[in-house]
Amino acid sequence: MRSARWPNVKDLLDSQPARVALWALAVLAPATALFAVLIGWQVDQMLSVRTLDSLRDELQTFRAEFDRGGPTALSIAVARRSATSSSAAFYSLDLPDTALSTGNLKGIYPQVGEQGLVFEMMSVATGRMHAVAAVAVPVPGGGRLLVVRDIEDQVAFARNLRRLAFGGVAGLGGIALALGWTGHRRYARRVAVMTATSRSIMAGDLTRRIPRDGTGDELDHLAQSLNAMLGRIEDLMQALREVSDNIAHDLKTPLTRLRNRAEAALRDDRGSTHRDGLERTIEEADGLIQTFNALLLIARLEAGAVDQTRTSCDLASLVADVAELYHPVADEAGLMLELQAPASATLAVNRQLIGQAVANLIDNAVKYSAGIPTAAPAGIVVSVVMQSDGAVAISVADRGPGIALEDRERAAKRFVRLEQSRSRPGTGLGLSLVAAVARLHGGAMRLDDNEPGLKVTLVLPQQMGAGLSASSVRSER
Amino acid sequence: MRVLVIEDDRETAQFLLKALKESGHAADTAGDGETGLSMARDGAYDVLVIDRMLPKREGLSIIETLRAEGMRTPVLVLSALGSVDDRVKGLRAGGDDYLTKPFAFSELLARIEALGRRAEPETQITRYIVGDLILDRLSHKVTRGGETITLQAREFRLLEYLMRHAGQVVTRTMLLEHVWDYHFDPQTNVIDVHISRLRSKIDKEFPRPLLHTVRGAGYVVRDGDA
Repeated sequence: MRSARWPNVKDLLDSQPARVALWALAVLAPATALFAVLIGWQVDQMLSVRTLDSLRDELQTFRAEFDRGGPTALSIAVARRSATSSSAAFYSLDLPDTALSTGNLKGIYPQVGEQGLVFEMMSVATGRMHAVAAVAVPVPGGGRLLVVRDIEDQVAFARNLRRLAFGGVAGLGGIALALGWTGHRRYARRVAVMTATSRSIMAGDLTRRIPRDGTGDELDHLAQSLNAMLGRIEDLMQALREVSDNIAHDLKTPLTRLRNRAEAALRDDRGSTHRDGLERTIEEADGLIQTFNALLLIARLEAGAVDQTRTSCDLASLVADVAELYHPVADEAGLMLELQAPASATLAVNRQLIGQAVANLIDNAVKYSAGIPTAAPAGIVVSVVMQSDGAVAISVADRGPGIALEDRERAAKRFVRLEQSRSRPGTGLGLSLVAAVARLHGGAMRLDDNEPGLKVTLVLPQQMGAGLSASSVRSER
Repeated sequence: MRVLVIEDDRETAQFLLKALKESGHAADTAGDGETGLSMARDGAYDVLVIDRMLPKREGLSIIETLRAEGMRTPVLVLSALGSVDDRVKGLRAGGDDYLTKPFAFSELLARIEALGRRAEPETQITRYIVGDLILDRLSHKVTRGGETITLQAREFRLLEYLMRHAGQVVTRTMLLEHVWDYHFDPQTNVIDVHISRLRSKIDKEFPRPLLHTVRGAGYVVRDGDA
C-alpha cells in the first residue's frame, strides 16, 4: 500500500476520483473566472455610465441657472455647490476675463469633454490617486464648466468583487484538489487492499477474501462479486483436488490388475494361459479407456466445449428407445421395466447426450436394484412428464438401496461411489455425467427418496440457458 | 482390399500396416498430410484411414480436397478427440465413419471391411440370404428353413444389419450406431443381451448356428464355423 504523504503526481493522475476532480476543476475554473470578469466589467460599466449621467443632470441644472441669470447666476450656483458639496463632488467654472471663475477644484483638466471621461486624479483629502468621472461643457459667451465626481468607492467595490470572484475560483480549485486527493487516497487504499488480497490468492492462499467495508458503493459491490467468484474458484479447485485423488485411487486399481494379469500370463507360458491373460488384459484396458472417455466427456460438458446446437427431439420416444435398449437387461436381472410417458414431449436438446444420460440412469437402476429382495414388486419406473412450465422431467425410479439424504449431494461428484457400491462394476461417473448433461441444458438433476429406493429426476427447461447455477444437484425429501 | 493409412505416429502406422496385412489386406502408410493426399490421389485404394491431426495438412482438409475433386473412396476418420460434435464435424467434411483413439484393432478392421463393402450398391437388394435364413426387406419377413420367425422391429433391424454384413465381423459399437443410432457408451453390454435374444429366435431350434460371437471383437452372421 502506498502511504506517501505527498501526492505522487503520476499516481494522482492515474487515480479515477482525482481525475474526475481535476476535470471538474479544469472546466469550472475558467467558467467561474470568466463570470467574475464579466460581472466586474458590468459593474464598472454601470457605475461610470450612471455617474456620467448624473453629472450631465447636474450640468443641466447649472444650465438652467445660466439661462435664468447669465454668468453671474451660474457662478453663484457653482460657488454654492462647491461650498456645500460632499467631499466627492468637485466643480470648476472657468470664465476667462471675468472675476466670476470659481470652484473647489484646482486645474482645468482640458482632456475632459462633453462626452465625459473616467480617469484618476490626486485626492486632496486622502493624498492618493482616486478614480473620478468628469464632464465638461462650454459656457456660452466663452468659458467652461467642469464637474468631477470621485468614484473611488464604487471602483474599489467593483475591484473587491472581482478579487472575491478570483479568490473564490482559487478556493474552489483548492477544494477540488483536496477532494480529488482524498478520494484518490481512499480509493487507492481500498484498491491496494484488493491488490494485496489477489496477490496472496495468486500465491496460493485460496481462502483469502477481500474485506468489505459495507458502504455499498461500486468498490464494495466489486469486492462482493470478486469474493463470490473466489468462492466458486475455491469450490472448483476443491472438486478438482478430490477428483485427482479419486482418479489416482480408481485408476490405480485396474492398472495394477492389468499389470498383474500380464505378468501372470508371462510367468505361465502355456499358450492357453497367454491367450486368456491377454484377453483379460484387453478387457481391463477397455474398462480404463471407458473411464477416461467418460471423464473427458464430463470435463468437456462442464467447460461447455461441446457442440451447443440442439435439435428438436421427442423426449418421450427417445426415453422409450433407451428403455427398450435396456429392457432385455432388466428382464434378465428379474426386474420389471415400466415406462410412463405421454404421447410426445418435444424439446430442443442434444439427443446423444440426453440418450447417454438416460442410459446411465437406467443402467444404474438395473445395477443397484438387481438381486435386492423386497416385498414390493421389484421394478424400475421410467417416466417422462411434461410440466406446466414447458419443462420436461425425465425420472428413473428404482427399488434399490437408495442414497441416504446426507450422501445425495456427494453422489453426483466425479468418482464418488458410496461405500455400498464400491464393489459394483462401473466408472463411478454415471451420475456426474447426468448432472453435467443437465447443466449444459440449463436444467438440473434431482435425487429423491423413492421409499424405498432412489428416484433420479432430470429436469430440462424449455428455455435453454447456459447452466450457470453453482450446484445443479438438489436434495429433497 | 487396398487400404491407405495416413497417420503421423510411426508406431501406430506400423502396427496398423502389419495387422491389416495379417488380416489379408494390402496396406500403405503416409506420415503427413501432403504425402497422404498425393498417395490417395494416385493409388487406387478401397478405403482411406485418415488421422485428424497431421503435420503439413489437417486430416479433414485432405478429405474435403478429395471430395471436391470428386473422389468417392470411403474414408474412416481417426481421432483422439471423442465427443459427439467432433464426430459430426468429421462426417460433415466427407468422412464415412469415425473412430476415436484409442481403439481396438478389431473395431477398426470391422469398420474398414464394412466401408469397403459399402462401395458396392446396396439399395437394390431386397432380400438377404445366409444359409437357409432369409430376410425379406420389403415384406419384413424372416424365415429359416421355410419356417417363419417372428421378430420385433428392433430385432429385425439388428438381423438386417448383421446379414447385410454377412461374413464380416460387426462390433457392438457399430450395432449401437447403426441399429439404435446411439453414439454413446451404454456402459453395460446391453447389445449382448439383444444378440442372445435374437439368437434364441433364429438359431436355437436349428442344428447349424448362423449368428456367431467373435471374442474380443463382436458378432458375425455366417453360414459355417466362426
